Amino acid sequence: MLQALKLEPEKCTGCLQCEMACSYENEGVFNPAKSRIKVFAFHDEGRFAPYTCTQCDQAWCMHACPVEAIVVNAATGAKEVLESVCVGCKVCTIACPFGTVNYSHDSGKVIKCDLCGGDPWCAKACPTGAITYVASDDTGLERMRAWAQQGLPSAASFAAPTEKAVQTYNRAS
Amino acid sequence: MQHIVIGAGPAGVVAVEQLRKLNPESAITLVGDEPEPPYSRMAIPYYLIKQIDEQGTHLRKDADHFDKLGIQIQQQQVTAVDAGAKSVTLSNGTTMPYDNLLIATGARPVTPMIPGVESEGVYPCWTLSDARNIVRLAQSGKAIVLIGAGFIGCIILEALATSGADVTVVEVEDRMVSRMLNDTAGNMLKQWCQERNVNVLTATKVEAIERGSGDRPLRVVCDNGNAIDADLVITATGVRSNSDFLNGSGVNVDQGVLVNEYLQSSVEHVYAAGDVAQGKDFSTGGFNVQAIQPTAVEHGRIAAHNMAKGHQHRHRGSVNMNVLDTLGLITSSFALWMGADGGDSAEVCERERYRYVNLQFKDDVLIGASTLGLTEHVGVLRGLIESKLRLNGWKKKLQQDPTRIMEAYLACTQAVGHNAHVL
Repeated sequence: MLQALKLEPEKCTGCLQCEMACSYENEGVFNPAKSRIKVFAFHDEGRFAPYTCTQCDQAWCMHACPVEAIVVNAATGAKEVLESVCVGCKVCTIACPFGTVNYSHDSGKVIKCDLCGGDPWCAKACPTGAITYVASDDTGLERMRAWAQQGLPSAASFAAPTEKAVQTYNRAS
Repeated sequence: MQHIVIGAGPAGVVAVEQLRKLNPESAITLVGDEPEPPYSRMAIPYYLIKQIDEQGTHLRKDADHFDKLGIQIQQQQVTAVDAGAKSVTLSNGTTMPYDNLLIATGARPVTPMIPGVESEGVYPCWTLSDARNIVRLAQSGKAIVLIGAGFIGCIILEALATSGADVTVVEVEDRMVSRMLNDTAGNMLKQWCQERNVNVLTATKVEAIERGSGDRPLRVVCDNGNAIDADLVITATGVRSNSDFLNGSGVNVDQGVLVNEYLQSSVEHVYAAGDVAQGKDFSTGGFNVQAIQPTAVEHGRIAAHNMAKGHQHRHRGSVNMNVLDTLGLITSSFALWMGADGGDSAEVCERERYRYVNLQFKDDVLIGASTLGLTEHVGVLRGLIESKLRLNGWKKKLQQDPTRIMEAYLACTQAVGHNAHVL
């Protein structure tokens, strides 16, 4: 059973432990700027959203690569960048519609989440359970993607959120 | 069933692999006219700066890759297509029959109409063989003139500049990369290059390439009266589709091979993909030649699917997008980056830090973008455009701060912020 990262923004406190752990595990330094997982801040609403590669089936990055530098790890399902093969052309960074492949000026190559080979440090470092590593059918990814597809005008009639003058949030109990 | 694919670039290679996957029993032949294993032109700039060797440019690293798939490779040029007889003629005189034919012959550089352009020491930069010439000639102490500051010109600038040569770029448009960047960004890029000792002359036309008088064998004469002495002149003034061999075949060609939504040409059993194909554009719904890697791959997969399984797979149009590294400054453009009638835009410009983001909207949907100096999460611009995601209140926030693209995407697709209650 493949596992995947489950991201639950409502549990995130913005502590950035995941970014620190990712950066240390993958780059050897505590530098959130080098993390493959990012916590996005919504300061006016006091909310945070951790986000990284969902290892999507379409694998836009992998198919766009001109030199076979992105491959699937059969054990984890992760799409991994082979640093020795990547030439740094950055085509994958514009091909990934989720914005989760980034170019690193330091290495001249691209970096993305590789699930730490099946033991992701961000999940281990998260103190609130906002990032967990679970069976991949339990991540809510499908729901997320379905929501992402609702941009077409015809779908906007169902409870599309509208901005309110005063932001209120009622957790469904 | 015999499938023939002409052209061993990304579109052709992806197509033969897909054909093999879908038709395990059919005969598949890949015809390419360059004396190398299939390679990526995208990788040439990195070969020029010696970051990779020649093998690093190869599209598939396993030398037996095509053998293992039972794909026959023919190193020949196709000289003619006979659509009536369903056969192609190769440069060695043989003819090969096909059941389905894919034209994936890509593009070739346009030789500018300049007197003296045929002189010794004037090269395009397009093939691995061109790249070898440039590596040999671009050395410290030499003077190089690059004609054209488009995508190809810019992406090889680093190799030219790091060789220690004295580099001058001459561009006829009023800014660099005019097909990707607007005035503001195109001129920021010019300033970046000039700060790195590359002389950039925009709005300048080359009138002639003459024999030099002093130590330099060549002299490039510009329309403003200036003349630049050079050891090496590189032309990078655009490319055009490789379709001359289709003359008389009945396959209709405009900017490229005209195709329908199934990537089929005007002739049955003949398809086209990649830089040679005038395929559907996601943004306009019209048909144009995009000549970019992701589109070539998309075309290759779809065309192969339709060749192998009948017309099941409709091409909904590719997003035209590009990313470019010019002496370390990264620029990108997506879809309708120049905007659309009745749309509006947002822009942030920090000249000193070399950062620029321009977003183009129609209603509350992102339809185009261009960036300079931005490498984090740029792909989400494609995602926002291609999913036609309604931004609702986030349009206003993006107009205040166009760099918050990732936040906009997450807020509109996930249980964060004001829409948490509806998920």
